[in-house]
Amino acid sequence: MAIMVKTDICVGCGACVSQCPFGAIDMKGEFAAIGDKCTLCGTCVDVCPVSAIEITAEPKAAQADDITAYKGVWVFAEQRGGAVAPVSFELLGEGRRLADKLGVQLSAVIFGTGIEPGIKSLIEAGADKVYVYEDALLNEFHEDAYADALTELIREYKPEAVLVGATSIGRAFTPMVAWRIRTGLTADCTSLDIDTEKRQLQQTRPAFGGNIMATILCPDNRPQMSTVRPGVMKRLAADPSRTGEVVRKKPAKPLTSRTRLHNVIEVAGHSINISEAEIIVSGGRGMGSDKGFALLKELAEVLGGVVGASRAAVDNGWMPYPHQIGQTGRTVCPKIYFACGISGAIQHLAGMQSSDLIIAINKDASAPIFNVADFGIVGDVYEVLPQIIKQVKEARG
Amino acid sequence: MNIAVCVKQVPDASEVKIDPQTNTMKREGVPAILNPFDTYAVEEAISIKEKVGGKVTAVTMGPPQAVEMLKLCVSMGVDDATLLSDRAFAGADTWATSYTLGLGIKKLDKVDLIICGKQAIDGDTAQVGPGIAENLGLPFVAYVRKVLDITDTTLTVERLIEDGYEVVEVSLPAVITVVKEINTPRLPSLKGKMRAKSLEVKPLSAADLGAIPENIGLAGSPTKVFKVFSPPVKGQREFIEGEPAEQASKLVAKLHELRVL
Repeated sequence: MAIMVKTDICVGCGACVSQCPFGAIDMKGEFAAIGDKCTLCGTCVDVCPVSAIEITAEPKAAQADDITAYKGVWVFAEQRGGAVAPVSFELLGEGRRLADKLGVQLSAVIFGTGIEPGIKSLIEAGADKVYVYEDALLNEFHEDAYADALTELIREYKPEAVLVGATSIGRAFTPMVAWRIRTGLTADCTSLDIDTEKRQLQQTRPAFGGNIMATILCPDNRPQMSTVRPGVMKRLAADPSRTGEVVRKKPAKPLTSRTRLHNVIEVAGHSINISEAEIIVSGGRGMGSDKGFALLKELAEVLGGVVGASRAAVDNGWMPYPHQIGQTGRTVCPKIYFACGISGAIQHLAGMQSSDLIIAINKDASAPIFNVADFGIVGDVYEVLPQIIKQVKEARG
Repeated sequence: MNIAVCVKQVPDASEVKIDPQTNTMKREGVPAILNPFDTYAVEEAISIKEKVGGKVTAVTMGPPQAVEMLKLCVSMGVDDATLLSDRAFAGADTWATSYTLGLGIKKLDKVDLIICGKQAIDGDTAQVGPGIAENLGLPFVAYVRKVLDITDTTLTVERLIEDGYEVVEVSLPAVITVVKEINTPRLPSLKGKMRAKSLEVKPLSAADLGAIPENIGLAGSPTKVFKVFSPPVKGQREFIEGEPAEQASKLVAKLHELRVL
């Protein structure tokens, strides 16, 4: 390990012990000692008042290529049945900002056939160029075929940064691409920036269920790849007057996959795509029964949102698992999150605490959910919710 | 059918508390547990073995104390366990971790199926499963919520997507990651606990695995942690008082004010 405490300088103040996010430092006698849990994050180096901790000789993960040959920012545009995922437009908004800072082109990458309206919408949303990988197999999602196509494009056109929506699809195949190219991939980022001098992408993401934030770099390998959480970046207003170049690519021979898609089953009822929802009305144990969830569905409907659930509610069978929000469910980042009858266990907070606005309704004024809420209502959900539904309806006319 | 199940020891998030004064995590005395998602991977591996026969091996990369977690897997019904442990593995990101676990799996007898949890609850990346698949050159299916059918050469599963699920068939050997919905993990049995007690796990080092030094630990990791900080304090914690009707009207007014409705 390339981290050491210089015992001739260490004054044994213990500042590093309390600040280490991984609990890897203990006091051994008079000095700090760094243990096995250390991940070389460098927090202790920063907090040490006497500069007694040093990370030495940062070795490099080798990549055969000359990394200065990599130019431009790419956004992977995910499409299903011709419809481009909302997160892809958000990433074009963010990618535009990053590309302008770097003084390079912003390109979108889209897979499949029969997607002309989608291609046009990517240019209107900010792309200077669209790479279209045309192969009919890519109209379905296959991890290996998607990885083949994106790897081929990256090897040929060498972008310096690639942003992919942190959706089921994005998070499944992007790691395969990063593995093949031998570059870094940062998962589920919630903010991005650029060090223009070093041309380094600063990728910030929550870890430990949102209890700490980490900024990750990929200094020596290209492209710098990130998956980015839906709902956090801002899309640009579509500009129909924008023009862009379209580069069409076909594989030498049609792509193949070792997976075969038999069937796609959309779960009936209202859209359950809670990862992309702007308004989520969630319920927990305090809803008491599936009758309580009927109230939540009504509120979600008048607000144009979707229903979420805590683990307790799912375990009780009041809502199916795809609606579960939290550590063992989905992570969401809507504009408004209603937490109704949810106490706010840390596992639930992990899945929703980065929402823009959190409204908590709970009988128990000391419930931890109120610690992350912007607005708290102490009261009975069965009394408060019907009132909110009624008044939103009235306000909407 | 030989099945490898990849597991990780993580801090128990339910025991992690935020210090309200400093807004940092208090981690003293936080117990290490088997990553919750991996419990579903272990259960699925055991239940497949019970149906079609074979052997299940749990594989982890971690410090020597991860043996305790491997013993838990054995007490649930896993047959054997492999611990990849070396100071040189420290500081590994998902690339280097996938590389190292791939080497560990290559050490096992011909493996037909590799099962991982969807993600670990400390890093939350979901990148090691697909990384292992690439490292081993195997097909990969993410977010499996149900195993429908398994033969000697194929596996048919339901895979969770945003708006529903897909029925996917994959050729074996393959790597899959599983979500919570797939099963209810069993508790350790008495017989399993006895077996776990007598199980000896000899750690494999980087040298034992024949690992290339540039591919492991910090050296093998393309990503570097630049800084770690506490998230900005959330929540104005404004309580809305009054009778239910009054609370509702105040809330709706506030939402209008903020132009979010």
